[in-house]
Amino acid sequence: MTTSYTSAVRDTIATRRDEASGALIAYLPVGFPDLATSIDAAVALVQNGVDILELGLPYSDPVMDGAVIQAATQQALANGFKLRHAFEAVAEVRRQVDAPVLLMTYWNPVLQYGVDRFADDLATAGGAGLITPDLIPDEGRVWLDASDRAGLDRVFLSAPSSSDERLRRSVELSRGFVYAVSTMGITGARADVDQAARGLVERLRAAGGDSVCVGLGISTAEQVAEVLEYADGAIVGSVFVRALAEGGVAAAAEAAARLAEGTSAR
Amino acid sequence: MTTETDRETIQQPGPYFGEFGGRFVPESLVAALDELTAEWEAAKADPAFAAELTALHRDYTGRPSIITEVPRFAEHAGGARIILKREDLNHTGSHKINNVLGQALLTKRIGKTRIIAETGAGQHGVATATAAALFGLDCVIYMGEVDTERQALNVARMRLLGAEVIPVTTGSRTLKDAINDAMRDWVTNVETTNYVFGTVAGPHPFPAMVRDLQRIIGDEARAQVLDLTGSLPTAVAACVGGGSNAMGIFTAFIDDPDVALYGYEAAGDGADTPRNAATITKGRPGVLHGARSYMLQDEDGQTLESHSISAGLDYPGVGPEHAWLSDIGRAHYLPITDTQAMSALRLLARTEGIIPAIESAHALAGALDLGRELGPEATILVNLSGRGDKDMTTAGEWFDLIDRDAEQM
Repeated sequence: MTTSYTSAVRDTIATRRDEASGALIAYLPVGFPDLATSIDAAVALVQNGVDILELGLPYSDPVMDGAVIQAATQQALANGFKLRHAFEAVAEVRRQVDAPVLLMTYWNPVLQYGVDRFADDLATAGGAGLITPDLIPDEGRVWLDASDRAGLDRVFLSAPSSSDERLRRSVELSRGFVYAVSTMGITGARADVDQAARGLVERLRAAGGDSVCVGLGISTAEQVAEVLEYADGAIVGSVFVRALAEGGVAAAAEAAARLAEGTSAR
Repeated sequence: MTTETDRETIQQPGPYFGEFGGRFVPESLVAALDELTAEWEAAKADPAFAAELTALHRDYTGRPSIITEVPRFAEHAGGARIILKREDLNHTGSHKINNVLGQALLTKRIGKTRIIAETGAGQHGVATATAAALFGLDCVIYMGEVDTERQALNVARMRLLGAEVIPVTTGSRTLKDAINDAMRDWVTNVETTNYVFGTVAGPHPFPAMVRDLQRIIGDEARAQVLDLTGSLPTAVAACVGGGSNAMGIFTAFIDDPDVALYGYEAAGDGADTPRNAATITKGRPGVLHGARSYMLQDEDGQTLESHSISAGLDYPGVGPEHAWLSDIGRAHYLPITDTQAMSALRLLARTEGIIPAIESAHALAGALDLGRELGPEATILVNLSGRGDKDMTTAGEWFDLIDRDAEQM
């Protein structure tokens, strides 16, 4: 990790931690229900209190995703999603709003596009970096090199079951933030965000993590507020996807405004 | 001649087979994979574990499985000698039981109480449900909805054995999607649950562990063929979906450079049509289900749907060790169409009174081609990985064997 490296994602999280209780990070898949609407929805989320965007790249075999996101990404693929649309979406969102935009992608699409080419095109589009749900640091050497070269963030996941040694590696190699998986499971709203999240964040702090965000299962402003008592950011996905599916961009925007209230409670 | 103990092997222990293999999985699964790897290494070195597994093979599965020479079938293969390794005679009807008994024993050793599995044709699901009944474990089987329809009999078998069968309705609703859902279950329930993976694909340690548990096929067959013919076979033939029966029989011969290894992939309507499952023939390297290997994919890296009349071979990926064996030229992988496989199935039934699984019929069709190519001096060992009882609906439709008037009455 180079000390000269700067990360808009990291800076945004730090700023929101100072002026509020932390950052709200929102996930939406590119191309759902279609490319134009997914861009409009992402912009609307930022205009309604979301601090950082995580745009999901639809993939045929999303093993980390629950039913809501699976259905949305499957529809995006059926509607003709292509990889280049992801770069177009990042560029267009960045043109309209100032929030940092990460891509969340399974590894094979990046591999097939070419890791260096993917990094270059993402940087050119104004993207901040990648969240890689099925790429662990152990297999990530090519991506570590490419992200260093292109100056991109790389967000690895940490789980309650991860060993202390693995948490240290995750903290050391992640840039932007470390993604703390709140519970053992896949994406989707849950009534309780597991107590395991608090313990995991404590362990990540002990491993040196000073930019730690919690995801999986967060669906209410109360849960956002609760998570931000101990973490630096709260990641919300399925709620926004469901709102977009059921009520369009307006409903997604409304959901963002509602959840953003959770960031101001100190 | 070298002895068994000082033979050097080219076989790789994993996680990597050349540039293939690895662990491309969510972080949440790493601890479970580490645990499984450590427990498997410990179990492999434990004579008590080996003794328990050997007793199960003998007293429950019916091992060693026999070999059968099939001269009337071989008349259609240029006169080459053809010898079948009869995994079809195992309890539950295929080679799948070899792997499942080992992993079920391992589950007990780790102390978990629930096992899950994916299944395509249903053979691995039936074997897993069988082991769950035998060991008193809770069992959930994920099966693509398309496969539950074409293999309805195996669904009934699994349910009768006490397993819960969950039809998977996402994606292409076949084996690859069943694996996705089984992985999601495992990520969520990893504390209580062991994933009994059915083939030599997936993240480490599965490719190496399943191979180790299936190598009994080749170890037995190598000695049996030597005993019968006085020499090693010219070639070994097996069908390849994920590739567990093929790795099981290849492994014993991998360090015999004079023994050619042939894997036959399902070409469906034809390898030059989009409706095929010939992964090594038509695919290119990528990451699917936790490992880097060959796979059928579009230019964006989205997995393509595979097609084969055989549910057990209808998979767009393949085990990483096969990808490596292909790249280094140690094994050859060739496509066999639905039509070729079904013709070979009927030929074996009519000439030898043995009805093979449609999966195994791909290896038989390959052996027919190979015999004509190698000539009458050749001996070909074919892994008859399963029996055809489960395929009677498909075969009945293909050959128009079912009296439609009688069916309607």
